[in-house]
Amino acid sequence: MDHLQKLEAHSVFLLREAYREFNNLCMLWSIGKDSTVLLWLARKAFFDHVPIPLVHIDTHYKIPEMIEYRDRLALKWKLNMIYGQNSEALKNKRTFPDGNVDRITCCRNLKSEALKHTLSGEWSRYKLNHETQKYEVDSNKDPYTGVIVGVRADEEGSRSKERYFSPRDKENEWGVGDQPPEFWNQYKTDFAPGTHVRIHPLLDWTELNIWEYIEREKIPTVSLYFDQGNGQRYRSLGCYPCTTPVVSDAKNEADIIKELRTGRFSNIAERSGREQDKEDGGGLETLRREGYM
Amino acid sequence: MQRDQMNIVIVGHVDHGKSTVIGRLLADTGSLPEGKLEQVKATCAKNAKPFEYAFLLDALKDEQAQGITIDAARCFFKTSKRDYIILDAPGHIEFLKNMVTGAARAETALLVIDASEGIQENSRRHGHMVSLLGIRQVVVLVNKMDIVKYSEKVFREIEEEYRDFLAELNVSPVNFIPVSAREGDNIVHLSKKMPWYQGYSIKQQLDQLKKQEDLPDQALRFPVQDVYKFTEGADERRIIAGTIETGSINTGDEVVFLPSRKESTIKTIEEFNVPAKKTAYAKEAIGFTLTTQIYIRSGELMVKKTEKIPNVSTRFKANIFWMGKSPMIKNKRYKIKLAAARTTVKLVDILNCLDASDLSSVANKQVIEKHDVCECILETTRPVAFDLADELENTSRFAIVDNYEISGGGIVLNNLSTEESMFEKNIREREFSWEKSAISLKERADSYKHRSKFVLLTGPPDTGKQKIARALERRLFENNYKVYYLGKVTMEHGLDSDISSYPDSNDEYIRRLGELARIMTDAGQIFITTISDADDFDIRKLKLLNEPNEILVVNTGSNIFNNFKVDLDLDEHIDVQKAVLSIEKLLKEKEIILEYYL
Repeated sequence: MDHLQKLEAHSVFLLREAYREFNNLCMLWSIGKDSTVLLWLARKAFFDHVPIPLVHIDTHYKIPEMIEYRDRLALKWKLNMIYGQNSEALKNKRTFPDGNVDRITCCRNLKSEALKHTLSGEWSRYKLNHETQKYEVDSNKDPYTGVIVGVRADEEGSRSKERYFSPRDKENEWGVGDQPPEFWNQYKTDFAPGTHVRIHPLLDWTELNIWEYIEREKIPTVSLYFDQGNGQRYRSLGCYPCTTPVVSDAKNEADIIKELRTGRFSNIAERSGREQDKEDGGGLETLRREGYM
Repeated sequence: MQRDQMNIVIVGHVDHGKSTVIGRLLADTGSLPEGKLEQVKATCAKNAKPFEYAFLLDALKDEQAQGITIDAARCFFKTSKRDYIILDAPGHIEFLKNMVTGAARAETALLVIDASEGIQENSRRHGHMVSLLGIRQVVVLVNKMDIVKYSEKVFREIEEEYRDFLAELNVSPVNFIPVSAREGDNIVHLSKKMPWYQGYSIKQQLDQLKKQEDLPDQALRFPVQDVYKFTEGADERRIIAGTIETGSINTGDEVVFLPSRKESTIKTIEEFNVPAKKTAYAKEAIGFTLTTQIYIRSGELMVKKTEKIPNVSTRFKANIFWMGKSPMIKNKRYKIKLAAARTTVKLVDILNCLDASDLSSVANKQVIEKHDVCECILETTRPVAFDLADELENTSRFAIVDNYEISGGGIVLNNLSTEESMFEKNIREREFSWEKSAISLKERADSYKHRSKFVLLTGPPDTGKQKIARALERRLFENNYKVYYLGKVTMEHGLDSDISSYPDSNDEYIRRLGELARIMTDAGQIFITTISDADDFDIRKLKLLNEPNEILVVNTGSNIFNNFKVDLDLDEHIDVQKAVLSIEKLLKEKEIILEYYL
């Protein structure tokens, strides 16, 4: 087995373990390359089926192509697609683009809070109806007790300390100092009522591995990742007011792989185009503790 | 071309310089992100504290505040040979579970010892844990050589003492390297300050190490993680899913599932987005379909019929390390996770415990305390399939869950299946101390005009067995027999109201039902109840619990028993009256109820 095959096999094991152990399981799909690889791995784990609902937090500031891509794949792969949002903050314009709050608060409002309440079932979930191809309010309001997330350890400091199965307490908080042991492929799959567990099948993958895998498996990705002729591309996708493209002429997966291995990005962090990281002291830690992915 | 990758863990006593070694390795191999070194140096200057390489790893505020590593953080570093992931394991005793987490992911351990402090408690404890966790390649770094003025004598003394210690654990270290992480000696290049040392630098040594490859000639061990039947898109496949631990398998191979001992043959190997294939190897996360429809549960271990079969038992000797907040105590129920199997386990006896600080053994321990490593006897409530640690280590390993938390881990040393189990012993003792009634069973039978019997209706859920059971009760009652039907719901809200707090509530449910049957049949009753999805082992347990009285088993719907022969097999949703009559006929044949009493 080569390195990618080993990564794949371990991620598949983790997905199956999560599916076996959690009744109310969901998977977060940010539409970005990492969580799309995660979605692909679910198809691997469950033999071309995806028996887990996919939850997308729609900040309303996502680049439009991302939403179009989300719905296209959801219909094609017959996904149980759900989105949630912070309608209140959007309505009251408590956002950074509206000029009323700083970037960190905006992230907290549109991502962390929206996520927290969508997972708990307190706020409306919108579910894709495959017949009408429209989203409808989901009648299922049960809290998700297992949440699969596509974070990678190499992204930034706090993520390097994550477990594959990482418990969150009732307040959604992450007890970094007191995490469960993991060894011999045994993970924390028992949890007290009111707590939930985040599952991180991509923890050992690097940005380079992600692109190598996308190329090998021919996984469809958003075209924003590639240079469309103006010498720019997105390396990481987020909300358009806070994400800037990088200078690059990588036009396809192979170009990106070359660029990551030996080119201009071999020593520059992926999230360098994300402004909120800088405001959070470079660690993202404040946001992560509060439930940011 | 993809690059080779190796996971390394850095362990050792607190403050012996693990983080500094990593910081140096990252910096001196040019593996740091652009500007990171400068950024950390600038932060240090701003806060008026001297720069240390260890700060490079301090990504979390928590950690910086305490000044010690609290978790196994990973960092990536590359050489021309391969990529490395370094797991920095905390040296503080309180964080043993984090050290275990880091070490269990690694195939190589770098064990750091401070030259000026020498071998400390956690130098030993970590050496012991590394050996128990199964890491075969250990490189010992004697750090802070600058403090002892690069003295060869100090280095050799530590080497000799620690080599002897590791020998007791059957670990033979790859190398001992004298280093100074702070000064950068022997990290990437050989230092001129220690001309007496002619070996490799850390980087050179790591590049020399070999990747651990799986042995193709090991026996197949395939823990069944789950069984899928996804109906969407008219998918007819029933797929046995899991990851191959060891060995290999081909389509057409005959397989046995343990502990159920069910047999079948591999029909296809299943994967998504991969061309069809006929052979699968160790570490592949894969699926199989079988040529026959057999009922398999997750947790079984699939092995080849032609290869060495693992042990199947409820009692074994194991080596356990404990990390739980509360100690492991005898007779308490814990959950055990061994490969894909999960069941309840009890600590029966502690044979001896090892004092990690000097490897002396401590006899007569009554509990396994946090950070202890003990040899002990464990007993599970259901049989589990396992290998012995010195035969096939992967399938000898288990974790123990106490109150939602993974609290211990261990390896199986010996199968003790020939010893009387605690379960059997309890029944023997129960019978011995049973307060026998002045009225004998024979007297009751003569008076009631029938013998007592435990009548159990089994089969998958929703086959109509409850209706049959209730109608049977009515029929027997109307014929003047002493009969009682017990519904599961009745138990759930009364006798079993606490049962969800048990690690495996089904096992405890079976135990209580069996005890109840023993009482009811002792009272001369025909005791009727139903149970869904019972397997051979459940029936064996109920039979034992009900002894010396008798049990009659009627199956409705598809029969999932492997070896156990039921007394009567009925079709799913059979006409209730027809079913009742055939059970009644059977009771007569077995002379439980007799024609001439009528």
